[in-house]
Amino acid sequence: MAKAHDYDDIPGTTVFDAQRSRQGYHLNMFCMSLMKPGNRADFKAGERAYLDRYPMSEAQKQAVLDRDWNRLISLGGNIYYLAKLFFNDQKSFQHVAAIMTGSTQEEYAKMMINGGRPVQGNRSKKEWAKKRG
Amino acid sequence: MARIIGGVTTSHVPAIGAALDNGKSGEPYWKKVFDGYERSKEWIRKVKPDVILLVYNDHAVAFSLDIIPTFALGCAAEFPVADEGWGPRPVPKVIGHPELAAHIAQSVILDEFDLTVVNKMEVDHGLTVPLSLMYGQPKAWPCPVIPLAVNVVVYPPPTGRRCYALGRAIRKAIKSFDQDLRVVVFGTGGMSHQLQGPRAGLINSKFDRSFLERMAKNPKALTKITHLELMREAGSEGIELVMWLIMRGSLDEKVKEVHRFYHVPASNTAVGHLILENAK
Repeated sequence: MAKAHDYDDIPGTTVFDAQRSRQGYHLNMFCMSLMKPGNRADFKAGERAYLDRYPMSEAQKQAVLDRDWNRLISLGGNIYYLAKLFFNDQKSFQHVAAIMTGSTQEEYAKMMINGGRPVQGNRSKKEWAKKRG
Repeated sequence: MARIIGGVTTSHVPAIGAALDNGKSGEPYWKKVFDGYERSKEWIRKVKPDVILLVYNDHAVAFSLDIIPTFALGCAAEFPVADEGWGPRPVPKVIGHPELAAHIAQSVILDEFDLTVVNKMEVDHGLTVPLSLMYGQPKAWPCPVIPLAVNVVVYPPPTGRRCYALGRAIRKAIKSFDQDLRVVVFGTGGMSHQLQGPRAGLINSKFDRSFLERMAKNPKALTKITHLELMREAGSEGIELVMWLIMRGSLDEKVKEVHRFYHVPASNTAVGHLILENAK
């Protein structure tokens, strides 16, 4: 079982620690490979075949194909590595952040212009449990 | 003798670089960000540093999960601008200062900071965006830059206290360099932001403003903030703020605050910026 950490109490947040960096090593290194134009072309030509070059878990490969960002994070993906994948899709940090928070990009951008997600009510899992009744 | 004349802190949001590179800096959304740096540009033109030591973090570009140095000092003669996936930013290549960098490395390692020396490294937006904010779009950067890359991507980053102490050691190293150079230290990243998961978009202006306030007057209090508190209060990526403390540690205890700017948002992030000068 994974060791409990004080930061596990921060809601809606996955801290990319040593354990997760090990779990997501191949997934993240796959993402990083997309910084090279030749690799981007190969990936575009056949995503599944390209993913099979990396010893990733089936769940990780499926989450890449689905562009399921929260799932990728839960499987050891790190946002700065995943960025290589969504940049390759011509998507921005805001686009992906909106998806991860379950809002439209328009709603999310508006929230940011209005000062962002407030920290009140978002500090601990207890606060989230209360909010959701 | 070399000496540190001042310090700059600033966020290094990639979208700021993209806005400038794509000619969008005059649009209302971005103008609010760039306007906060007008005075800063004047200041740096006036003080004209001979060298900049720029503390930033690499964003899975020069370093991957293969090698994760906590503190990596760029000792090369030049640092190419990285292609982060959409082509390199159209900015000049970064010229280093290998002599001063080697001197700093030797000095701080003997002071018990186990730096990684890097002789070949591409630099990403973490380093180039702060230069763009301070210098605009010149044909060449006006002075050499020594990159100091800090790991804040894989938890845990170095503690705030350790960062501040490294700043002290860098200060000592620069002071003992036998060339008459005026150095400005940049501490970049932050302020509050979270880029991942259902809590993405978190901003904590109250925390940020208090952090800005204490940078000049009470930085030791900032070194006591735990990683847990930083992530809880300023978002998982807000932990980058530890890098500001390297800059602060490199200055005198008494400093003069020359400029302060705070703005929400640039994309997903709260933009915070300070210019501090050594008081005497």
